[in-house]
Amino acid sequence: FSGRAIAGAPLVLRILAECPVSKARACDMTLPHCTVNTPVFMPVGTQGTMKGVTAEQLENLGCQICLGNTYHLGMRPGPELIEKAKGLHGFMNWRRSLLTDSGGFQMVSLVELSQVTEEGVKFRSPYDNKEILLSPEQSIAIQNSLGSDIMMQLDDVVSSTVTGPRVEEAMRRSIRWLDRCIAANRNPESQNLFAIIQGGLNSELRHICLEEMTKRDVPGFAIGGLSGGEEKDDFWKMVTLSTDHLPREKPRYLMGVGYAVDLVVCVALGCDMFDCVFPTRTARFGSALVPWGSLQLKHKQYAKDFQPIDPECTCPTCRRHSRAYLHALLKCDTAALHHITIHNISYQLSLMQSVRQSIIDGCFPQFVRAFMDRMFPSREQYPRWAVDALASVGITLN
Amino acid sequence: MKLELRGLAPGTRLGVLAGLGRSGTRAMEVPGCLLYTHCGSVPHLTHDTLDALGRLPAVTQLPLATVAEHQEVLEAFREGAAKLAGLHDTVLFCSLQDPAAPCPAGYNTSKSVSLWSAAGRIELTVPKYVAMQAAVRPDWYQSLADGDAQPAGSSLKRVRRSVERTLTHLDECVLLHQKTAELVGAELFGVVEGADVREERVRSARETAKRPVGGFVLDGFQSGVMDQALRAQLIAAVTAELPRDKPRLVLGVGRPDQVLSCVEGGVDLFEGFFPFVATERGCALCFRFAMEPDPESAVQEQNGVTEDGGSSRTEDPEHQDLQQMTRFEMNLNDRRYRDDLRPLVVGCGCYCCRNHSRAYLHHLLVTKELLAGVLLMLHNVSHYSSFFSSVREALATDRLETLKSVVLGV
Repeated sequence: FSGRAIAGAPLVLRILAECPVSKARACDMTLPHCTVNTPVFMPVGTQGTMKGVTAEQLENLGCQICLGNTYHLGMRPGPELIEKAKGLHGFMNWRRSLLTDSGGFQMVSLVELSQVTEEGVKFRSPYDNKEILLSPEQSIAIQNSLGSDIMMQLDDVVSSTVTGPRVEEAMRRSIRWLDRCIAANRNPESQNLFAIIQGGLNSELRHICLEEMTKRDVPGFAIGGLSGGEEKDDFWKMVTLSTDHLPREKPRYLMGVGYAVDLVVCVALGCDMFDCVFPTRTARFGSALVPWGSLQLKHKQYAKDFQPIDPECTCPTCRRHSRAYLHALLKCDTAALHHITIHNISYQLSLMQSVRQSIIDGCFPQFVRAFMDRMFPSREQYPRWAVDALASVGITLN
Repeated sequence: MKLELRGLAPGTRLGVLAGLGRSGTRAMEVPGCLLYTHCGSVPHLTHDTLDALGRLPAVTQLPLATVAEHQEVLEAFREGAAKLAGLHDTVLFCSLQDPAAPCPAGYNTSKSVSLWSAAGRIELTVPKYVAMQAAVRPDWYQSLADGDAQPAGSSLKRVRRSVERTLTHLDECVLLHQKTAELVGAELFGVVEGADVREERVRSARETAKRPVGGFVLDGFQSGVMDQALRAQLIAAVTAELPRDKPRLVLGVGRPDQVLSCVEGGVDLFEGFFPFVATERGCALCFRFAMEPDPESAVQEQNGVTEDGGSSRTEDPEHQDLQQMTRFEMNLNDRRYRDDLRPLVVGCGCYCCRNHSRAYLHHLLVTKELLAGVLLMLHNVSHYSSFFSSVREALATDRLETLKSVVLGV
């Protein structure tokens, strides 16, 4: 693969266009497995599979990068087997780029009685009840075995609704863990380690974290500790604060964001990369995403609706199937879930494609206005936080 | 529809069913199996993954049981189930029950047959049944039949009644068929009943053959309902009474050894549900059907190393129910596959075997991921289809006995 412009640099970011009004950018991010066009939405394939969608189908949808999950894969089937299978790429047969998270978030959100110390996160395996320690070194070792193009540091994750000294403790520890992760990375020439900015909803703490972490020579930064149930008003302010202090020439990855409105707004605030389980998860509940909201295809109202999910969508599902058929199929075969998953992934990827193109064409603010107009029945229903956030970067919605 | 048989040794049937579909341009090789669907979709598969299978059977099976609850929708749609399901270019056969689902007996009456759908039991008289078929708009469909008389424990009286009722239903179907615009051009198949009573089987076959039907469906021979030896005898007795130039389809027989036995007895078509039931238990079909010995495995066998994967059982119980794994499969849930980076079946050209390993399938099953069903279905349908190609080749070259020993592994 000949994408690397600079020897020894597994990530090269080329900024193609910057919105003259907002902080939005369109870039090409060249990684060891392929170049990724940003802004980009990365679907989440937690256990080395994009649910019922094959690697080939995912490729045909135009997906250039997706996520694997270190905690899950580290537990099952384990790093040794994956390494033997030529990394996660080989194991799941995905030829394009992969990003793995560190396992930190799952530690805290999924595993009961996990205990965080300076060493790492101690927890009890749900599969064999053994006590396990996930340290920065271990997380990086697993991710080295997985062979992902982008690895995330192990961070000390606290919920955004937590306040008090724990937030600062976690932020400072994350910095120390970043340094340990950098030191532990066996493959700096072929795997990119991203830092994760913490600090909760506290501007001062965020500032400190930004100042410290940007001193480290990492190829990219994630904005973490958000999208966890905090007020949207606080959320966007932390996002924009972070992008204000992150280097222009490195990618900005906003973790856990995937709702269409959130994506568009946070692109305006200067973010390049996003991931979220929402589109693929909601598909498995029969919910299809469309430019004006979502269709709950299990509802009776679709029983005789012979239109496709979105008449203007060109995904394989919309080209061949109707809402009525999917409604019927949902009662009798899992294939229905796959159809909707494919549509939802296509929706997300197309949305980002359109966002990117509008930035390149210099009409991103107009795009945003048209997007909001389509999504909400009237101006009164535009979420206030979104209006404020967009206004803060020069995009008014009147 | 025209069945063109090659002139082979008497009793063996090999040929092409031509002139299929409303356009009259599709054709299907026989013996062959149909493409099994739920509500018009091959289980687990979307159109793209289905495409990865390459050449698909020309005839798709839609069990009415998987679509019956949507009759109103089909009537509002007005273009038939194939179109609604996005199956544009196929020949659709609408059977009654789902071969992979249980059909409790004891609910049929003299005027109605009970259909077992996801929404529960639906009672069908002939007019209701024909109205449903009119909504489906199949290319072929079977007549309404009383298949209730299971061999074990059915009185002779009950068996006779099921034959009588089935003939009565057929006659009524024929009349209604002729008056139903949506079924113009569709072929009606008569159903042969008779449980395990030879006399009744012969009677049912003879009488059904007198009616203006396009083909014959053989009911009551399902795996798990009748043992192989008896099935073989009765099928031979039945087909002896049926016209040579019309196709014979047997319901509920999918195991490869039983398929071969039915082929010998003069059956042309099979329901393609066996790959699906194997998939549902996390199993991959791995039985051999290549008649040319593969040099590598011949050496391995000489050296006492057997192809890893198959069950060590040499026999399957006769009355095995659908849930149980057969010797024709490998169970990917088994821990022994955890580290096995080989494809499911070495040498198989399907999407799954070209792209993935046993270890990956094992992982998907352990983690209960949806992709397991997709990949296993792709392999299993492909493997099964190739088996049928081998059956046809064996018939063409008079090597059915060789194929039998290869498949049975003896």
